[in-house]
Amino acid sequence: MVEYETHDFDVVIIGAGGAGLRAAIEAQSKGLRTALVCKSLLGKAHTVMAEGGVAAALGNVSDEDNWKVHFRDTMRGGKMLNNWRMAQLHAQESPDRVRELEDWGALFDRTKDGLILQRDFGGHRFARLAHVGDRTGLELIRTLQQRAVAAGIEVFMELKVLRLLHDAEGTVSGLVGYWRPSGEFVTFTAKAVVMATGGIGKSWMYTSNSWESTGDGHAMSLWAGADLIDMECVQFHPTGMVWPLSVRGLLVTEGVRGDGGVLRNSEGNRFMFDYIPPMFKDETADSEDEADRWYDDHSAGRRPPELLPRDEVARSINSEVKAGRGSPHGGVFLDIATRRTPEDIRRRLPSMYHQFKELAGVDITSEAMEVGPTCHYAMGGVRVDADSAATTVAGLFAAGEVAGGMHGSNRLGGNSLSDLLVFGRRAGIGAAEFASGRSGSPTVDKGQIDAAIAAAIAPFERESGENPYDIHQDLQETMQSLVGIIRTGSELEEALGKIEVLEERANQVSVSGGLRYNPGWNLTTDLPSMLTVSRCTAMGALNRKESRGGHTRNDYPKPEAEMGTVNFVERIPDPGAAAGGVGGTPSVRSITVTPEPIPVMPDDLKALVEEAS
Amino acid sequence: MAEEIIRNTAKGEVTMRLWRGDETGGEFAEYVMPAQEGEVVLDVIHRVQATEAPDLACRWNCKAGKCGSCSAEINGRPALMCMTRMDTLPPGEAVTVAPMRTFPILRDLVTDVSYNYEVAKRIPPFHPREKTDDEEEAGGYRMQQIDVERSQEFRKCIECYLCQDVCHVIRDHEENKTAFAGPRFFARSAELEMHPLDVNDRRELLQKEQGLGKCNITKCCTEVCPEHIKITDNAIIPLKERVVDASYDPVAWLGRKILKRRKSTPAEAEADAPSTGPAAVQPEGGVHGIPAPEHADDALVGAWATDAGPGGDAPAEDAPAE
Repeated sequence: MVEYETHDFDVVIIGAGGAGLRAAIEAQSKGLRTALVCKSLLGKAHTVMAEGGVAAALGNVSDEDNWKVHFRDTMRGGKMLNNWRMAQLHAQESPDRVRELEDWGALFDRTKDGLILQRDFGGHRFARLAHVGDRTGLELIRTLQQRAVAAGIEVFMELKVLRLLHDAEGTVSGLVGYWRPSGEFVTFTAKAVVMATGGIGKSWMYTSNSWESTGDGHAMSLWAGADLIDMECVQFHPTGMVWPLSVRGLLVTEGVRGDGGVLRNSEGNRFMFDYIPPMFKDETADSEDEADRWYDDHSAGRRPPELLPRDEVARSINSEVKAGRGSPHGGVFLDIATRRTPEDIRRRLPSMYHQFKELAGVDITSEAMEVGPTCHYAMGGVRVDADSAATTVAGLFAAGEVAGGMHGSNRLGGNSLSDLLVFGRRAGIGAAEFASGRSGSPTVDKGQIDAAIAAAIAPFERESGENPYDIHQDLQETMQSLVGIIRTGSELEEALGKIEVLEERANQVSVSGGLRYNPGWNLTTDLPSMLTVSRCTAMGALNRKESRGGHTRNDYPKPEAEMGTVNFVERIPDPGAAAGGVGGTPSVRSITVTPEPIPVMPDDLKALVEEAS
Repeated sequence: MAEEIIRNTAKGEVTMRLWRGDETGGEFAEYVMPAQEGEVVLDVIHRVQATEAPDLACRWNCKAGKCGSCSAEINGRPALMCMTRMDTLPPGEAVTVAPMRTFPILRDLVTDVSYNYEVAKRIPPFHPREKTDDEEEAGGYRMQQIDVERSQEFRKCIECYLCQDVCHVIRDHEENKTAFAGPRFFARSAELEMHPLDVNDRRELLQKEQGLGKCNITKCCTEVCPEHIKITDNAIIPLKERVVDASYDPVAWLGRKILKRRKSTPAEAEADAPSTGPAAVQPEGGVHGIPAPEHADDALVGAWATDAGPGGDAPAEDAPAE
């Protein structure tokens, strides 16, 4: 049997983006022995790429803003599929979480009064996003990283987790993984585990996500028996780069539109005026004049339609391109050059200026950008208790993008960074309380560890077989073409068939070289997660026979009232008995989907949401 | 409606010379790939991995110039692989990619950058002044944009460590690493020293333990910074001036002698630095034991307490009991 090192902690957090770091800081502050495990180097997680800002009703720019309006905007943006309690806690607590970052050294841009400046963003009624130019995610992760280092939290970098471990009662008790630099295996025992692994975008071809976003936490939680909800709700951000191909999907911040940028088709029309849905008609400008007045004075007009929630804007761009009014490379034009001075653009959007200049040879102070939808964010995820971030499996907690419910069927821009802070902290508290109350030392089954390790190294033992990169590319093409922004029943069935074939192929994968920093081998250990979440997305999408938020069905083009009252819950009923998947994981065939009612909102909150704009 | 997958068309070929090996040695291996429009070096490396060398080690994350993971030496020049467009390199010539030289090789293009994470632990962390009554009421600190911009420049740092890679104090001088923080962490210290709220004093540590004096301002770090941070001009030189002022300013020296007023002693600042393990958990609000300056605008505040006189270079001693 392969040797492995062992560690023991009270709380182990998987993932060192915003949610993981915030959870670790909280658990450590309760005096618990806390470990932070991450797949990359510390400070490189996908949070670093967040651009526009962190949403919090601080009221520094608009004194009319408060948590109730933020709550209302979030629920309406999510098309009411949100877990109301999460949306409430999020709106109430995010101001404190942002101020706390400042106490820890973050330097946000300032108002004239010296307070934290806030900018306008899609779906937010008031200027609500605290920001640092267009690199807010970097500021957030660096602040939390430096705080975690100062607190002396132990960080295990470049460590890929393969599987959660549980004790005889089924309580999560640890994990098994390997060091990527050495390829050596390692196990942790823990009284509580927090999943903070982020998103799933790497199963699509055009995505804003980094290579790490392979859905490890979604998949590992599911394999451990946890429920996933609303996996069909995937956000395609309206503005990704489309050219050159090598950067297709790379994010163009919504801040461009918040700061005055407008979308035009090949005929030069601001087409978003043609796509204002009834739900947002009352609060959206109906002429260019009115929209332009709003930028200077929010009381002089209603909001421009470019700042509708992301799902609306992405679908509209998609329709324009399909109608033959797209840009040369299959996007539309995003124009800030004719609307703001070069100095303003460079000051407010420095990263965008450099990104286009250096990667596309486009000067955004004098030319329009070409943009189109890109796979960006998983609204769906591990089902959690709003207050404690506890999953449906004892000992397992989840926060950040890997958790589902908070954003309903569509997330508003800026609500992810605030989500990380609010629920990262709550998961840290939840895990710390669970760990403190757990008696005895957690035990793990050596058989589980040995099986996970044996499955991980199996690709080395096959003389010949499939190339893991080919399987990944075929999966990306399948998800992009069949489970993309616009879906239809027959294509989703086709995708499920292809995913089953890919699962069989992935079981024949073979790799060369050694265990040390071997990306081909590392990819074979990411494939089980990617195949699992792809299956969950397609199955959720097949079952949700309506169009809502980030989920659009060609064959069911409208929201259906009864569908708006259920989460589609995916689970593996008996994970222990469900073998046959890739690398010893439960097979994707064992996943079931059931509609279950969403929690009912109390009347006082309902009134807030229904309030006229 | 199924989405059409757009494919790139090849235009000629590119030859990549990629370093393959580990700490025991290695060599450059050549790979010939089809050339494609608009690609960066990292794109071609990914295609090498997907076809000819699946085990080619290469560290990367965002492929957007935002995470600072894919640092390497491209045709001898330290740069991010994701931000180096193939069409900016000499056409028709092989593109040579080697790992950063200043850090130990793990495998192929990946180096062990743990040195940087160790230095980061030794920098006394951010410690803010108390909020004023007005700020408590307003719900947050008040700072003017112009005052936060100096530190914001340094907070753009993506920790790619290219500045550390080119710094001749540690490039090919492993022995200097124990007593040298390097440009990245001088910028971090400058960021904290210039932070409108921070009251920790890192100057003696910078001089005595982090080797600020070893930098002879050749500006190599500034030249390679992908975030265009003016590390030498805006961080290192001002820090050198502050350290010198603290050591040699006769007025400050006299002030220390007479008033015994200071920001925090080096010993305290060091105690502020993180240790490992839960036992070191700080109380809420950060750090204990650091008295805030009584008058933040007092020119004498901030001088650290040593008994070295003007021009003197005596080792620090504890200030007499106050």
